[in-house]
Amino acid sequence: MNWESWIISGFIATLALSSLLATSQGIGLTRMNVPYMLGTIMTAEREKARVYGFIAHFVNGWFFSFFYIYIFQARHMANWWFGLLLGLAHAIFMLTVVMSLLPSLHPRMANESKGPTARRQLEPPGFMALNYGYQTPLSVLVSHAAFGAILGSLYRLT
Amino acid sequence: MKQASSPTNAELACGPFPEIGGYAVIGDCRTAALISKTGCVEWLCWPRFDSESIFAAMLDRERGGFWKVSPLGNYSVSRSYVKDSNVLQTTFSSPSGKAELTDLMPVRDAAQCSMVPDHEIVRRLTCTEGELEVEVCLVPRATYGEAEVKMCNQGKLGLRMTDGKGVYWLRSNIPLKVTDRCAFARKKIQAGETLLFSFSYSQSSPAVLTPLEHIPERIETCIKWWQDWAAQGEYKGQFREEVIRSALALKLMIFAPSGAIVAAPTTSLPERIGGDLNWDYRFCWLRDASLTIRALLELGYWKEATGFLDWMLHATRLTQPELRIMYTVFGNPPPRERESEVLRGYKGSHPVRIGNGARDQLQLDVYGEVIDAAAQYAFHGGRLDSEMQKVLVDLGKYVSKHWDVPDNGIWEPRTPPRDHTHSRLLCWTALDRLVSLATKGKLQRAPVDEFKKQAEAIRVQIQKRAWNDALQSYVSELDGHEMDSSLLLLSWYGFEKPESPRMRTTYRRLRERLSTPEGLLYRSEQLPPEGTFAICSFWEAEYLALGGGTIEDTCKLMTSLMQYRNDVGLYGEEIDAKTGQALGNFPQAFTHVGFIGAALSLEQREKGEQQLGHRPESATVQKTHQTQAA
Repeated sequence: MNWESWIISGFIATLALSSLLATSQGIGLTRMNVPYMLGTIMTAEREKARVYGFIAHFVNGWFFSFFYIYIFQARHMANWWFGLLLGLAHAIFMLTVVMSLLPSLHPRMANESKGPTARRQLEPPGFMALNYGYQTPLSVLVSHAAFGAILGSLYRLT
Repeated sequence: MKQASSPTNAELACGPFPEIGGYAVIGDCRTAALISKTGCVEWLCWPRFDSESIFAAMLDRERGGFWKVSPLGNYSVSRSYVKDSNVLQTTFSSPSGKAELTDLMPVRDAAQCSMVPDHEIVRRLTCTEGELEVEVCLVPRATYGEAEVKMCNQGKLGLRMTDGKGVYWLRSNIPLKVTDRCAFARKKIQAGETLLFSFSYSQSSPAVLTPLEHIPERIETCIKWWQDWAAQGEYKGQFREEVIRSALALKLMIFAPSGAIVAAPTTSLPERIGGDLNWDYRFCWLRDASLTIRALLELGYWKEATGFLDWMLHATRLTQPELRIMYTVFGNPPPRERESEVLRGYKGSHPVRIGNGARDQLQLDVYGEVIDAAAQYAFHGGRLDSEMQKVLVDLGKYVSKHWDVPDNGIWEPRTPPRDHTHSRLLCWTALDRLVSLATKGKLQRAPVDEFKKQAEAIRVQIQKRAWNDALQSYVSELDGHEMDSSLLLLSWYGFEKPESPRMRTTYRRLRERLSTPEGLLYRSEQLPPEGTFAICSFWEAEYLALGGGTIEDTCKLMTSLMQYRNDVGLYGEEIDAKTGQALGNFPQAFTHVGFIGAALSLEQREKGEQQLGHRPESATVQKTHQTQAA
């Protein structure tokens, strides 16, 4: 493992991922706000949730980049298109599996079968996070593909 | 519950148009909703005042969209706001029972930053006596009726609606039947039974869905918030209840995130029923800034006054030293005016305009308004920082160079520019106040001599060319012979003393030409037929209070004008001289500002306090000038 290269490429890729997701939200492609969703796991206070969630999402992205690097090393191949493919796979997993599980995992997310309660008030994402806008899957796919492509192109194999 | 079949077109219609004054308003200092006496939300734009509408039945009964919660059959209605709050209570009384509908948009502050919807209307209908059959009908129509909204029943989460931009949720404890166009229910409720509704909107993040059982507590929290705010008001005069109501109405039109004040939360309510004088007022005019700051400061609302001044001096920086006459709540130019191809207008008054075509007009009075507002703030004890001072000096320099240019004037006629007396008055005011500020050490680096020289030139011009010897009156335009009600402000800005012979004869002439038998005032002789202009009557009341009349004259006029408020204490822009009904956009911020100002001046006169005490004697007009002019 090239630790220095991982730290730098992971940081840049995570920065790009966060920026792309925030941009998608800003231009109205999606209402999905990952920092807010992560932050509300920790606190019900909106402003704090956004800050905590941003930090958590950033650390999470960096952490996840480790698995990409591990695969690059295992296959001894690191380039933009291989990273892009891994990013797409990652995005599909997030959209189909993680988003479906989220109402059960998230302590403040409401559930369609039970309705909102005093603790669970956040709108659930639904299949492929389509509740947050029809273009949400596109936003997630593009941002994760970019994440993988940046990692693949910047990481230097040992 | 009696399950209803799909509503027919007749059921979808929300009845005939109410009078404009038949609406009450609720809001959260970001946007506002208008509700009719039948419990029908007929105007709502989310997320802010000038956003596209989701309910606009106020402008088209069939195409606009609405949300009705009301009894079926015959019933009578009484309404009021919960004391010192903007929480509306409507009581329906029918032969079989009584029900009370509570409507509000929950307000949020730092203490309530936990998970609540970004934008929400909360409604609670409680049967208090007997039983009533009630109807609930939600017909959302996005983008001024141009876009339909997709509705989807999400089980216990509620109804989910999307318009391609954001998501709306309706939660209630009554099952609603969803068709492709609306959500609908009918139910008999008995004494003690309560229906709860939460209609929310989220544009940029996952929606927050609050439990319905929290609604009673949230209503109480909201009432307390408004009452705490109202309690800050320092006015103790004879019109306290009415002044607090006006302050609460004004607060609803302050956009909390920026401090801007919109003229009204509506567009295209007509100034003449069936006519085309229908304008979009959901923007922030710099006009009347001076009267607004005075009202806020003297009522004790420093936070709002500071926010408004900050907005004026900072949000307008993109165009400084030139000022536009109006801005959006975030200081951008309003959108270009367009006419709705869908909405047919209130009682057929079309076109419905979105955006405002007057945005490119030149109105030189706005410089005086902004500078006078800043001066009042400083003379009340507020501090003008160096950046504010620089802005004010730059505005003063602009006025020094351009005061002699014809402009469109305060009434915004869409005619070629002219030499308006009111614009000259405010240019004089701008320079006079800057000299005052500099003299008192509150303004640095001002070219005082130049400002004095130009102020004197304006004063001479007004006294010579805006005075008509034949009429023995000031007139609307230089060398003109017509009048308008803004001439009453010559005293307010300190140009002429109210008791001066010139002002007294001007006032008499103005009454002869612009007054109705009921004592209301038209704004101008030159404009097309319309209603009387409500704020002009309050300018008159203030002129009387300042010394143009007696205390009794002022009280009599104020009491007379109060009969034109609607049942919940709101004023529109204009008053129909024949019927007394409100006309124009509703409610109107500046009419309420006018009422507050007149009440403040009257109270000061009654107590023998210095009036307009925040304003020192004119810095550029010598007393001898006024005597000579007299």
